[in-house]
Amino acid sequence: MDLAQNILEIIENDPKIDISEIAALTGRSDEEIRDCVCQLEGDGTIRKYKTIIDWDKVNNGFVYAIIEIKVSLERETGYNVVADRISKFPEVRSVRLISGDHDVSLTVRGKSMKQVAFFVAEKIATLPQVQSTATHFVLKTYKEDGVILHETEHTERLPIVA
Amino acid sequence: MKQSIQNVSRLLHKRQMRVSDTVQSVPPSGIRRFFDLANELEDVISLGVGEPDFVTPWHIRESCIHALEQGHTSYTSNQGLPELREEIADTFLRDHSLHYDPNEEILITTGVSEGIDLAMRAILNRGEEVIISEPCYVSYTPTVIFAGGVPVTVATGIENDFKVTAERIEDAVTEKTRAIMINYPNNPTGATMEKKDLEEIADVATEYDLIVISDEIYDKLTYDGKHTCFSSLNGMIANTVLFNGFSKSHAMTGLRVGYALGSSDIIGAMTKIHQYTMLCAPITSQIAAIDALRNGRAEMERMVREYDRRRHLIISGFNKIGIDCFWGKGAFYAFPSIAGTGMTADEFAERLMLEKRVAVVPGNVFGDCGSGFLRCSYAASRDDIKEALLRIGEFVESI
Repeated sequence: MDLAQNILEIIENDPKIDISEIAALTGRSDEEIRDCVCQLEGDGTIRKYKTIIDWDKVNNGFVYAIIEIKVSLERETGYNVVADRISKFPEVRSVRLISGDHDVSLTVRGKSMKQVAFFVAEKIATLPQVQSTATHFVLKTYKEDGVILHETEHTERLPIVA
Repeated sequence: MKQSIQNVSRLLHKRQMRVSDTVQSVPPSGIRRFFDLANELEDVISLGVGEPDFVTPWHIRESCIHALEQGHTSYTSNQGLPELREEIADTFLRDHSLHYDPNEEILITTGVSEGIDLAMRAILNRGEEVIISEPCYVSYTPTVIFAGGVPVTVATGIENDFKVTAERIEDAVTEKTRAIMINYPNNPTGATMEKKDLEEIADVATEYDLIVISDEIYDKLTYDGKHTCFSSLNGMIANTVLFNGFSKSHAMTGLRVGYALGSSDIIGAMTKIHQYTMLCAPITSQIAAIDALRNGRAEMERMVREYDRRRHLIISGFNKIGIDCFWGKGAFYAFPSIAGTGMTADEFAERLMLEKRVAVVPGNVFGDCGSGFLRCSYAASRDDIKEALLRIGEFVESI
């Protein structure tokens, strides 16, 4: 397998892994791994090292909502203008152009339902290109970025098998 | 009433007589003792397991659930579901350009182990010999004996990267030889064979008119180079009984489904035994196998890439702590040499288990030429492999 692809697959699931361990897993030298990671960081292939947190387990955690938006486009501007504008709010965690009844889907994070609702009402719904919004509060997250948060699977294997 | 010693010994003798001489002639598996030992201890890190640590991919499990919901709980035809046989035929045509007739040349078995037993019983007359390259999976030799045959083992060694040579096989051929049994990628060594080496074995098989029984259950787990299917060698399709399955490639060990490919006379004979003894492989597992072949490639490749990382981790890890380890290119076993420690593999494995709580399998379990080696499975999590290497390092320091 291509070294860059191999490294990306390893760190996607374990961003805290040491360079030397990646070297051991791939059969390459520390130097080669360091160079390759630097290049992947430099060219923007690796955007950020993130942690997946189950905020439900934390007191005073966050409230998430999915906001669907209908957008009216002006002649000179496309979706990118409004999407870029919405993306600048730190409360907005993701922005996606979608197919279907709505045009853009956002994930918004706040400290309370009230805070999220007011943010949408005051900052998003009032944008000139936004025609309408539909807010769906997240009640429970079962899987995030490919990680199952409420894993119940437990398998036992025999200790020695031929 | 107290029984006299004489009575007790008569009773024991009588008990022994209830078991056939053939079965009594096969010693119990050397693995059993270690299994019992590991079961008594807590917090054992196991590198002793010959099965994937991955759970069967969800889409395959989902197909099992769906099959049960649909009420597919019946017998299938003795040979197995036609769709599965057709899917296997298509796979071999696509991957190896081999034509197998799904009606006559493919048999679905309850795992490869059953298939090998069927093959031995189908081809061997009493006293006929099967040449088996060692170290090898623990069932091969007993299966030949149970079928009334005589196993003739041929040693392989580290000096030849545990590849069996045509020369060694030819030296073992007698007028009673009926078949050659090989398994590459190999359990327990992780060795693989190059096409040219296999061609030399094919030449010997052709010259002496021998059947080649090739267990290729680990074929997808080939990390360096490309696996050569024995049947694809010139003229060998008619003389090879090829075994494969889903246990290792798709993490489906407990579903027990494998298959045999071969010429219609041998597959027909195997089917005859299978229909009277097993009837058919479990239908749920056969349906799962169809899904594995149709939709399982991406998950399988993901698992193989992870095994390859662990292979680097464990083999380089052994070499770093001063235990020479052969760079096997397939399966999921490291086969380090502990000859330098002055201990036998049995002693090393037993002390390692008792003193450091790490389970490995001594190489001699897989044949005498495995003495001085350990089989360490890297179908274990990276964390377990790292911790096991740490403990093995401490153990080696302490002796």
